[in-house]
Amino acid sequence: MSDFWIILTASIVAINAGLLGCFLLLRKMAMVGDAISHAVLPGIVIAYYFSGDKTSGLLLLGATLTGVLASFIIDFLSRKAKIQGDASIGITYTLLFALGMIMISTWMQGNVDIDMECVLYGDIALIHMDKIIVDGNLYLGPRAFFVEIIAFAIIGFSLLFGFKGFKLLAFNIDYARSLGINTGKWHYALMTLVSLTTVVAFEVVGAVLVVGFLIIPPATAQLVSTKLKVMLLLTCIFGISAVILGYYLAIWWNVSITGAMVMVSGIIFFGVLIGQRILKSNKQNVEFAEGQF
Amino acid sequence: MKEKCAIEVHNLTITYGGAPVLWDVDFELPAGQIIGVIGPNGSGKTTLLKTIMGLLEPSSGYVKIFNQDLSKMRERIAYVPQRESVDWDFPASVFDVVMMGRYRKNNLFKRTNKIDVEIVEECIEKVGLTEFRDRQIAQLSGGQQQRVFIARALAQKAEIYLMDEPFVGVDAATENSILNLLEEMRNTGKTVLIIHHDLQTVSDYFDYLVLLNTRLIAKGTPQDVLTKENLTNAYGGQLTLLAKVANLIKENQFPIREKDVDL
Repeated sequence: MSDFWIILTASIVAINAGLLGCFLLLRKMAMVGDAISHAVLPGIVIAYYFSGDKTSGLLLLGATLTGVLASFIIDFLSRKAKIQGDASIGITYTLLFALGMIMISTWMQGNVDIDMECVLYGDIALIHMDKIIVDGNLYLGPRAFFVEIIAFAIIGFSLLFGFKGFKLLAFNIDYARSLGINTGKWHYALMTLVSLTTVVAFEVVGAVLVVGFLIIPPATAQLVSTKLKVMLLLTCIFGISAVILGYYLAIWWNVSITGAMVMVSGIIFFGVLIGQRILKSNKQNVEFAEGQF
Repeated sequence: MKEKCAIEVHNLTITYGGAPVLWDVDFELPAGQIIGVIGPNGSGKTTLLKTIMGLLEPSSGYVKIFNQDLSKMRERIAYVPQRESVDWDFPASVFDVVMMGRYRKNNLFKRTNKIDVEIVEECIEKVGLTEFRDRQIAQLSGGQQQRVFIARALAQKAEIYLMDEPFVGVDAATENSILNLLEEMRNTGKTVLIIHHDLQTVSDYFDYLVLLNTRLIAKGTPQDVLTKENLTNAYGGQLTLLAKVANLIKENQFPIREKDVDL
């Protein structure tokens, strides 16, 4: 039974991260996703510190703001202080991540809920320890699953209703501004969603490996998509495949579950890349051959 | 007869990291004409266009569209950015991109309706891309991509069109068809402002010219603007070299454009 819940929860993590990752990737902002996922650490530590027990919803929201703050600092450094883009990203997230690490090592000594291992790998094998039980014995599933479902509802709703806006922003931001659209609002809306995704995924897959879910499936999907909607769909499919294959690989080899999932995701990426190149060169050869006769 | 004024720019100065890109530029542009903005590389042409569109904040001065603030006139002004300014590998079809011309500040949360679809189909046809309607934009030639951008601007149903180098990387046939389209637009009373760099074709293409080199050098009809004195002021020493190359090309009929094939 715990197999089922782990795969289901991780699949929703993959969908949440993948959907948003598509827009990050198309906006050439993959690194910002990386930065936000690290930068939310101090927010998360504070949330754990004050809630004592496992996180409460309000504190998760607070942690989300840390990610938004990080993207705000990045924008400030690169636009106002004229620091080059990748340097402002590097400065911001390492600073916030280091702050989070110091908080863990001082406040969280001996705390069972959070340590550096959890930050790095997540606790996916243990999610069933924190379950939601109603009426004394009716088991509804692990808490992490419900947190992910709520995040999925928020992300799905935002992307569904804001689809035109996010698409326009990703393709041609200058043009969006020429229409009088407040691109700043849309930008921070996306950053808030990315931040939310990384915060809620933290318990499950850790702050570092969530980047793999954010970037790899969308990058794989982009190789073979000619439509944005197709890319979003394929991202989900690649993400879920990596979760399922990765889980059983991890059980078989007895290794880190999240690690195996991200590794499988990477292998799928290279598989698709190579497959696509072979198909392409075959097609060119055929066209060339046809041209000969 | 005095023409109605479409775009008014007053004492516009824009600096980038301390150095001025545009300095005290001041002009009024007539409506219903094809207007060319010319000047050497780095003379602030794109900056001027972006400032008129409100994408850049001027250090001083202001811009008026039909004697009103830009914020009230957004619906009546369309922008065609440089083709290289976007990533054409984006997963979208010709139809998808032209549909963006129907996006408005206040309809982003609504679905596109039948009228939008009709307008989009009509604009795709106008630029001659109907058979490529569902093709991904990455699989188009440079000239076709440029026409996608123009179709998107047409779909905005605006009155003023600002185009940044629409003839770059475009073959001669496409250049002609774009030009015909522009003339058709002018004849229905639209104003078209175009950044152009090919001095040879300037007098054939434009009714009105703005010659820039950080400062405004000259404006007016091509005959008035294209004097040796003005051009020397704008291009300095480069011009004689340019003129020599241009003459040589003309004499020998060298192909001067990137080869552009319809796929």
